[in-house]
Amino acid sequence: MTPRTRVVRRPIRTGRPILAGALAVMLGSVLLVVGNGGSPAAASSSSITLYSGQHVQTTQTLVAQFEKKTGITVNVRYDDEDVFVDQILTEGKNSPADVFYTENSPPLEELASKGLLSPIEPSTLAHTPAKYNSPDGKWVGISARVSVIVYNTSLIKASQLPTSIMDLAQPKWKGKIALAGAETDFQPIVTSVARKYGDAAALTWLEALKTNATSHIYPDNETIADEVNRGQVALGVVNQYYWYRERAEVGASNMHSKIAYFAPHDVGYVLDVSGAGILKSSTHQAADQKFVAFLNSAQGQKIIAQSQSFEYPIASGVTRTGETPFNQLQPNSISIAQLGTGAEAIKLLQEAQLL
Amino acid sequence: MTSVIADPARDRPPGTPGTPGTLGSPPRPSPHHARAPRRPVLTAVAVVASIAVLLPLVFLLVQAFQVGWGTLDPLLFRSLTAQLLWNTISLTVVVMTLCAVIGTVTAWFVERTQIPGRRFWAVLVVIPLGIPDFVVSFGWRAIFPSFGGFWAAVLVMSMAVYPLVYLPVAASLRNADPAQEEVARSLGLGRLTTFWRVTVGQARLAILGGAVLVGLVVLAEFGAFEILGFRTLTTEIYTEFTVGFSTSAGCAFSLILVVLGAALLLGESTLRGGGRGARLGAGVARQMRPVPLGRTRPAALGGVGLLVAVALGVPVGSIVYLIVRRGSTTMPPASLLGAAGNTFFYSACAGLLATAAALPISLLSIRAPRREVRILERSNMLILGVPGLVIALAFTYFTEHYLSGFLYQTPLLLIVTYAVMFFPLAVVSVRAAVARSPVGLEEVGHSLGVPRHKVFWRVTLPLIGPGLAAAFCLVFLESATELTATLVLIPTNAETLATQFWAYQSDFAYSQAAPYAGVIMLIAAVPSFVLGRWFDRLPARGGTAEPQGPAPGTMVVL
Repeated sequence: MTPRTRVVRRPIRTGRPILAGALAVMLGSVLLVVGNGGSPAAASSSSITLYSGQHVQTTQTLVAQFEKKTGITVNVRYDDEDVFVDQILTEGKNSPADVFYTENSPPLEELASKGLLSPIEPSTLAHTPAKYNSPDGKWVGISARVSVIVYNTSLIKASQLPTSIMDLAQPKWKGKIALAGAETDFQPIVTSVARKYGDAAALTWLEALKTNATSHIYPDNETIADEVNRGQVALGVVNQYYWYRERAEVGASNMHSKIAYFAPHDVGYVLDVSGAGILKSSTHQAADQKFVAFLNSAQGQKIIAQSQSFEYPIASGVTRTGETPFNQLQPNSISIAQLGTGAEAIKLLQEAQLL
Repeated sequence: MTSVIADPARDRPPGTPGTPGTLGSPPRPSPHHARAPRRPVLTAVAVVASIAVLLPLVFLLVQAFQVGWGTLDPLLFRSLTAQLLWNTISLTVVVMTLCAVIGTVTAWFVERTQIPGRRFWAVLVVIPLGIPDFVVSFGWRAIFPSFGGFWAAVLVMSMAVYPLVYLPVAASLRNADPAQEEVARSLGLGRLTTFWRVTVGQARLAILGGAVLVGLVVLAEFGAFEILGFRTLTTEIYTEFTVGFSTSAGCAFSLILVVLGAALLLGESTLRGGGRGARLGAGVARQMRPVPLGRTRPAALGGVGLLVAVALGVPVGSIVYLIVRRGSTTMPPASLLGAAGNTFFYSACAGLLATAAALPISLLSIRAPRREVRILERSNMLILGVPGLVIALAFTYFTEHYLSGFLYQTPLLLIVTYAVMFFPLAVVSVRAAVARSPVGLEEVGHSLGVPRHKVFWRVTLPLIGPGLAAAFCLVFLESATELTATLVLIPTNAETLATQFWAYQSDFAYSQAAPYAGVIMLIAAVPSFVLGRWFDRLPARGGTAEPQGPAPGTMVVL
């Protein structure tokens, strides 16, 4: 025996325990995996799954309070709201998502247009002013924000700021502005411009913005707010809350930027609504309705009013302090229905080669 | 099953009679191999693995063609596409070239010269592979706020992935016959000429293989370029997914990427040619006298030191700085330990699964190289060029539509997805190990009447063990840093280090994001360290480790 296996003897000794170990680990892993698995399937009627494109801070507080109040468990997934739309469309009728909570209306409108959302109970819809809800009652408005200018105070004076977003197309802004064409929050502004001046003018304007932005084309509004604050670029257009959130994170002493509003009703002064809808495929409709109702109840709205996402509550008569009061904002009159799914804006952004 | 010995097709072609020292590719199919043995069990497993890997490509094709040419035409054929193609191709070519140079030169210094602290460097130069590319970008930007653009992308990618060239080249230099260099020198060639004509020649296949891996990784990279604000096809694909609500448009762009990946692989096959290293005999195991550096010693030390300082020092330094600075955050506290546990568990399982799945196809492609097997094996490589989000949506589609949601958003599916995404890395490592394990030892086993499966367990597996370990480490490293597919498929309520890093980083909470980046580096440094140590202990022909017996089967090239 010994002489016969001499050639392979050393490998056997070293190899076997390692192999046995690896196999054991693999087997154990598989068992663990199977044991861990199936949690979504195990979800009972007392637990729902929330796909949230909203801020983690606010969502977590809302969920915690709701769970405490109702005993219904909310399992939350976080991702970009637009990825969630792709994901929900791909998941189809077996989607584990029960409720979809977004930062903007177009993703909800997209799902509604595909017939994937259940109607929201009228008593819930009634808590939010009708103009901030889905036109056909398929989702409910929860909070709002407006587009503003964020500018670096050492690179530009407040008096030099433009009063209309159309001005940013002028050659004098070349190299001074930041642009995030891929940012979801930018699409409502593009839709607004196209509504007022037509697609051709909107395209010309977008192309001029792109030229003026030179190398300051960023992936999202967080980056714009951050780059302006760092002094990499003079100004950008973002939703107001990005600035407040950055201030909360880095501290007031590290802020080298401020926000400014466009002229009242300017085409670039757009109010965006964050909302929530219920998936038709959900098997927990009653619990879903309870959760959505909680979001725009007085209790839910107060959480939003005090939250670190710095959005405006818009329902149940709750107001926010510490920012320009909501009723003093003077956005233009573009409606939720006019903002739609944003398809028009996306097409223009693609033509301008920003997407 | 037929006896292996009796099958003439299993003998290597003349000229490479079971040479353990041959480098690079397996023997190319020759007329001989038309009669390669059928191995039903291995084939079945290989086919199943390949189906799993090719599923996302099927999904991609179906989606892209579903949308109709009318929508795709204006989207694909415009100046932006040309710009993105240029960005992507020029970046890929420059990074591949730089990595080939850095990897090869570093490998030569570490393996063949009397550079002080050789073993120390051998481990350190590998660790950057374990640092996620987005952490590297993040680190650079923390130091230089305006860091961005083409050259920033080149720097970040080169520093993050050059070990993919270094590792195989170092291994092949160890394995190569030092006598050739000595002969070249004795015939009057200078040191540089010798390096270029002999050393690089010997390592040619390893350099090429490594560079192609680098190219495929660069093609699919997303996070690093997003942070650096550099637009490539992959960032654009992600944008199309995130703004257009159009899976189809994203998939159409992904097709371009797959074509680029295929071109890379085809280029490699062509360049690889029929060469399989120059060594004909096993040679005599002996210690080669490392090249004395003389006056160039400080320069060599400085060069390697600079490489480590830039590749390792910058990301580690900036992460430490951010942790020490301690910014405040309004983000809810998260469990670093829980996220680390998940990352480790998912990645380790993915590593095991990918390695196990890579074994049958590697064995087949080397030991029974039929044309179909080669095609199957090469097509598996394409998956490396497909963005993670597409792969995740593909598995979403298949589990939701054909399995009624069974497995969806479970750890098992996430692990399978990682294993599929990084399958090519496992195949490359395992295949090289199989190619390097002498079939003769197996034949001896067979001739002594040991059953085939016992020969596999007692001979083959121990011989290719190191290659399996390398495969595991590579898949583990890549899985640990994956983000976009993870966000879609991770079990609800679970976090990994990468998802939590993303959550903090996109909320301005850099100081809170930093520890997660730090722990990713720590977790990833372990396999890198093991990989480095292991290469360092390879039986030395050209190195300075203690001389060992021939043990040729333990050689591996990635």
